[in-house]
Amino acid sequence: MAKPDMGKAKELTGADRYKAGVLEYKVMGYWQPDYVPKETDVIALFRITPQPGVAADEAAAAVAGESSTATWTVVWTDRLTAADLYRAKAFRVDPVPNSPDQFFAYIAYDMDLFEPDSIANLTASIIGNVFGFKAVKALRLEDMRIPVAYLKTFQGPPTGVMVERERLDKFGRPLLGATTKPKLGLSGRNYGRVVYEALKGGLDFTKDDENINSQPFMHWRDRFLYCMEAVNRAAAATSEVKGHYLNVTAGTCEQMIERAEFAKELGSVIIMIDLVLGYSAIQTISKWARKNDMILHLHRAGNSTYSRQKNHGMNFRVICKWMRMAGVDHIHAGTVVGKLEGDPLMVKGFYDTLLQPHTDIAPELGLFFKQDWASLGKVMPVASGGIHLGQMHQLLHYLGEDVVLQFGGGTIGHPDGIQAGAEANRVALESMVQARNEGVDYLAKGPEILAKAAKSCKPLQHGLDTWKNISFNYESTDTPDFTPQVTPAR
Amino acid sequence: MHENPRNMTQGQFSFLPPLTDDQIKAQIAYAIKKGFALSVEYTDDPHPRNTYWEMWCQPMFDTKDPAAVMLEVNECRKTWGANHYIKVQAFDNSRWRESVAMSFIVNRPKHEPGLALARTEGPGRTMQYRVHSYATDKPRGERYK
Repeated sequence: MAKPDMGKAKELTGADRYKAGVLEYKVMGYWQPDYVPKETDVIALFRITPQPGVAADEAAAAVAGESSTATWTVVWTDRLTAADLYRAKAFRVDPVPNSPDQFFAYIAYDMDLFEPDSIANLTASIIGNVFGFKAVKALRLEDMRIPVAYLKTFQGPPTGVMVERERLDKFGRPLLGATTKPKLGLSGRNYGRVVYEALKGGLDFTKDDENINSQPFMHWRDRFLYCMEAVNRAAAATSEVKGHYLNVTAGTCEQMIERAEFAKELGSVIIMIDLVLGYSAIQTISKWARKNDMILHLHRAGNSTYSRQKNHGMNFRVICKWMRMAGVDHIHAGTVVGKLEGDPLMVKGFYDTLLQPHTDIAPELGLFFKQDWASLGKVMPVASGGIHLGQMHQLLHYLGEDVVLQFGGGTIGHPDGIQAGAEANRVALESMVQARNEGVDYLAKGPEILAKAAKSCKPLQHGLDTWKNISFNYESTDTPDFTPQVTPAR
Repeated sequence: MHENPRNMTQGQFSFLPPLTDDQIKAQIAYAIKKGFALSVEYTDDPHPRNTYWEMWCQPMFDTKDPAAVMLEVNECRKTWGANHYIKVQAFDNSRWRESVAMSFIVNRPKHEPGLALARTEGPGRTMQYRVHSYATDKPRGERYK
């Protein structure tokens, strides 16, 4: 078990501190339990599993050192700088409830360690070499407090939730989308057919999948052209603004921008990228999107390789923070009830991180810091993966109004066709919002509300008959460490 | 194959059967409870990017009685209802929204001609699309005579 020593390290100064050789990290100045973080400090919270025999404060100091200025041995060249300022400071370690071999370490970084407006630079320190450091068995970045002064150097979402809604002329309800299926293999012409049917049937958006770029079965220009025919036909048929997320992910940034320019030329309202692009490419396309009035959708492809296991990697809420800073308008952030990972409280923490102007400390949601978002726009969360219309009441309850609900299989797999699937989803959604606004206990009465709406909508009835018993009940792996306590009334 | 029979589906509730007056009032009551300001707007041009419908009245920032809003809806229906779409909008002026919070259709014209899609072919198989509202074919003063 890691024993937090918590004591103040013996402080070495002057020639003693800089004698050639190796010192413990905590005596080099990386453990400062009396340090009070400045308003302008970046603070990171790590979950550390030290190697046996390494004390908590030394492990925390080592993480602070390796994610800022330290190397394995003393170097005299530190004395050419204001080294105390540039050293990250571990200032607090807490035990992790029910995990005796782990603890949480709070580490403060002076803002000047980081380049303005660069997620790549911020992350090169915070999740750089330190994650391979031998003295820790495992390491997970749980949360970060980003100071307002640093946030103000970032553009944030190119559009933001409210402007997106105004552009789309869609208010007061979640948006509806679907991912084109099968995700691979359709020709451009066949692909556009799915888009047309789903949009005309009543969805607001359709979407390329994360791995649809420009393959032998369908090259990107062909896809863009057929999709825009479908989008415009559907808009004229319904008098609504419609969109298809055209995935512009490509092998180079130049190709990505070329694809984005073509989407713009064709009049698309939205483009899409994958998280695997990398942070610099994401910031590049985000600035392009702001300049060109384009909504930017981000698919979180790849995140589960490092966000899912509790002891190592990073929590998805940190990705949410970085993406709000880097600037995307949509991000996949969990469904609670669908097929992908997502404990309800954890998902609420992600949604609050994306949508709220401020968040308070809420350990039960995994939020360890008070965060002021400094007027950066709101990112629309996207719920996608194994959700269907029979869960509409739960989706509205857990995810709220500012969300894109994506029913891919739940639209395209409808027994009466894609238009019927889209219509069924839209009727289910509208009837649920109507009931909520009328003050009905819609979470308890959801199935009744849907059954009633299905009386005047056959596609909804057939959809309910098809999917009524489908659910994905697996234990989440990324769960809260803290459970809300009931405080007795006094 | 099933085809979606509706041709103008703007607003929150266009896929449901037309709202009754009681249902409209319930939505208005919800908006008032939330602190939103209700307004009534009308148009005969359902183009998806026809942003500025005519304002029947200013947003009712101080009205707390759903019946008073319903009265405006019915007055607007009497004047414009035969040939125009009418919607109720709820505006939320709280910080971080400061925008429309609700919007739903409460009246449809007797005849809904819909929209045409015109295509202009460009180089490289590109296409420029123009969505055109049939209702605007005649000058405004000469319609519905």
